[in-house]
Amino acid sequence: MSTEPNRAPDGPGSPEEVSQDRRDFLKQCMAAAPLLLTCVCVAEAAAAGATDESYKPEEHYYGMGIDVNKCIGCGRCADACKTENNVPREPFYFRTWVERYVLTTEGETVVTSPNGGIDGFPSSISEKGILRTFFVPKLCNHCANPPCVQVCPVGATFITRDGVVLVDKDYCIGCRYCIQACPYGARFLHPVTHTAEKCTFCYHRVVQGKVPACVEVCPTGARIFGDVRTRSSPLARFTRFNEIQVLKPQLNTEPKVYYANLDGEVR
Amino acid sequence: MPQQLNRLAIVFVILIGSLIGARHYLVPKTFGALGHYRAAAIEANAAKPLVYAGHEACEMCHSDVVKTHDNAHHKSVACEVCHGAQAAHVESPTDHKPPAPRQRAFCPLCHAYDASRPTGFPQIDPVSHNPGRPCISCHNPHAPVPPHTPQECSACHGEIARTKALSQHAGLPCTTCHKVEEKHKISPPLSTPSKPQNREFCGQCHGKEAKAAAEIARVDMSTHGERYVCWQCHYAHSPEAK
Amino acid sequence: MSPDLVQQLANVLRQVSGYIYPNEVELQWGLLVVVYPYITGLVAGAFILASLERVFSVKEVEPTYRLALLTALAFLLVAPLPLLLHLGHPERSFEIFLTPNVHSAMAMFGFVYAWYLAVVLLLEIWFDYRKDLVLWARNEHGLLKWIHLILTLGATDISEGAVRFDRKAVRFITIIGIPSAFLLHGYVGFIFGSVKANPWWSSVLIPVVFLFSAMVSGIGMVLMIYLLTGLVRRSLEMTCLDKLASFLFYALVVDFSLEILDFIHRLYEAEESIKILGTLIATRLFLSLVVLQALAGTALPLICLAFVSPVFGRRALVRFPEELRRLLYLASATLIQIGIFSTRWNVVIGGQLFSKSLRGLTVYKMELMGLEGFFVSVLLLAAPFLILYILVKILPPWKDVPGTPVPEQVPGD
Repeated sequence: MSTEPNRAPDGPGSPEEVSQDRRDFLKQCMAAAPLLLTCVCVAEAAAAGATDESYKPEEHYYGMGIDVNKCIGCGRCADACKTENNVPREPFYFRTWVERYVLTTEGETVVTSPNGGIDGFPSSISEKGILRTFFVPKLCNHCANPPCVQVCPVGATFITRDGVVLVDKDYCIGCRYCIQACPYGARFLHPVTHTAEKCTFCYHRVVQGKVPACVEVCPTGARIFGDVRTRSSPLARFTRFNEIQVLKPQLNTEPKVYYANLDGEVR
Repeated sequence: MPQQLNRLAIVFVILIGSLIGARHYLVPKTFGALGHYRAAAIEANAAKPLVYAGHEACEMCHSDVVKTHDNAHHKSVACEVCHGAQAAHVESPTDHKPPAPRQRAFCPLCHAYDASRPTGFPQIDPVSHNPGRPCISCHNPHAPVPPHTPQECSACHGEIARTKALSQHAGLPCTTCHKVEEKHKISPPLSTPSKPQNREFCGQCHGKEAKAAAEIARVDMSTHGERYVCWQCHYAHSPEAK
Repeated sequence: MSPDLVQQLANVLRQVSGYIYPNEVELQWGLLVVVYPYITGLVAGAFILASLERVFSVKEVEPTYRLALLTALAFLLVAPLPLLLHLGHPERSFEIFLTPNVHSAMAMFGFVYAWYLAVVLLLEIWFDYRKDLVLWARNEHGLLKWIHLILTLGATDISEGAVRFDRKAVRFITIIGIPSAFLLHGYVGFIFGSVKANPWWSSVLIPVVFLFSAMVSGIGMVLMIYLLTGLVRRSLEMTCLDKLASFLFYALVVDFSLEILDFIHRLYEAEESIKILGTLIATRLFLSLVVLQALAGTALPLICLAFVSPVFGRRALVRFPEELRRLLYLASATLIQIGIFSTRWNVVIGGQLFSKSLRGLTVYKMELMGLEGFFVSVLLLAAPFLILYILVKILPPWKDVPGTPVPEQVPGD
């Protein structure tokens, strides 16, 4: 049982005065509420910021086409990717790269990719004894049945509704299992964030209706980006008019990077 | 219930209870909304800043250059391939000026001869092709027509020319077998040179009865490689190669 | 980016032979990921040995029962450490409990570990020691008394019925514990065996091989610990030691057969990866696979144990005097540890030394210092022994020390 504290009935600090102060305060809060709500809404909209409200992921399902016969091995794509996505410039981390294949008449196949092809290729190979030679750009295949997503223990990598495989770098624990599971060598561990990283199809460009940086800068149009399922997209035309191969089909990863004129020696 | 189980039950209930409680607070809010991942991560990936503007952005201010460029050989080469990533320039044009590569070392990134590049792609030997002079002194990068139409086939078909030069066919000009229209030299895709269509063509020099130089190897056209056309076995640019 | 890392990777790049994908220069899983399956293997193996006595009533190895349990616990406590040290973000590791991806073998880790630690190992040790804990708490003084009292969790009833319940509980838990031990180490094998991208790992046999090599290493480890502690305390039962060595031999035979089967199968099918894998074994893995794993770690101990221990009945093929036998057992068990560690190395590191393009080989440069370095791994492998020492002090497994109550045989067991 508590006793009432000694207080003057109607002076400062009296129960009546405290109640009145409370009522005033509550009234002020109510008045401020619409302003507060507006501020919150604006803040939320600003945070939602980059994605245009009109971008609907369920209307798209992205893939990429690559015409091997058009690639000249200039390496602009690999360079632009590192620029656009702030990838470390050291020759150990690539979201995309270009390989050169040289098949000799003796039956040997030599594959090289000096710094991913960013500085071009030394053209000192002798022409004698070459049976076939060509360049092959490589990148994450954004598989429809991705083994990397399957093995992530915490759900830090996922495939979006529009078919892009992304990494949640604020959730990734850096266990590197996804890097082991990728059959294409497309992933790496970022040396600064210590999380897994890979090609994102430049998702931040795609949601604004632009193409990935590598597609933008390819001078011969060897890379084609678009919707896999739409009837009228550059990619649809590409897959209609070319015989398409994917890398390592026997692993059933259902890659969405479609190669035209891909040589059987490419792994 | 035996005393042991009693005590154990208390311990386990506390443990599991606290785990379930912790879970409620620690699982991120947007997790599971769209799949087994944090839905907020989609936004995090989409909210990254642009570094390349995309060639559509250049047309707004540079429409004259774009018009020239889009009607010339470099129409498939985006502006930012040469001028660098320019989203910053689009944001504030006067603060960031795009560089323009004027040195000789730049153009050979694409145009230096490389055996792995597709045949017919315009390639030069950077060492011997007008040494010392900047490329742009003869080629306008926005409309890079060569200053003189190449007359020799070897200008674009170097590897074939080099192979042929070491073969028995070295003395034959390309036009012996290939009819070439002048417009092929100006714009190759417009007109494809012809190729021989039948055995009789080669028979014009190599048949037993052919009216041709004595040192040319002769075969009996009616029996030699009867069902095949000649180039199915003999590579015409180096016919003796094994 | 640290210049050391750049230098290191540049060095590796120089030593690449053939073609590797550009991102494969940096090996993803290093020494720490080799140590982890080795440690959990010891846990599973030691537990299986303990279960031999309880479930299959192999009386000869009874002296090692409690020691095997404590060994398993000591190694189990250290087991998560190499994983935590290896993660890019160990502070986020609890996410594996919050949002485990049910399609990922690795996500099982948290739950299997917690289950095995809490429900199997700790419970079994608790039930087995409970009566002794109560008696010790009654008769002792000081810190040890309080530790023992707390460990009883207040269940101080040691009437006949209660002790009988304890025994039944231990048997029950051991029976559950055997498949749990299989799961604890088998899932690690599955983590590797289910990676279709890697032809060295992707195999149905890998989880099974992992499991049996775990049993071999676990039995070998308990043998070594029993032998060494027995020598120090001057009380060693040769029949127990002989029996342990026999079981070591049997497990080694199964393990060897499985590995040979995998080898023959690969050679016979000769699918695409055979060329690069053959080059891998002949060059990068020659020392660790042919010499350490196959010859020193398997063939030599097999021959030794076949002759020295009583594998075909009560008598060995060749009678060796006790001292020599002990020495040979110790040598065999040591070689086996080296062999099993090499097995883990060959699987984990070996699987990353060749490119997924099947066209090239790279190298693994083990660091000395740093979290992934040699010294940290040595510490991680030594820590369980320290923990075991403390456990043995708190929960003595010996029955011949005066004052240590011998668990009575309650009729009706």
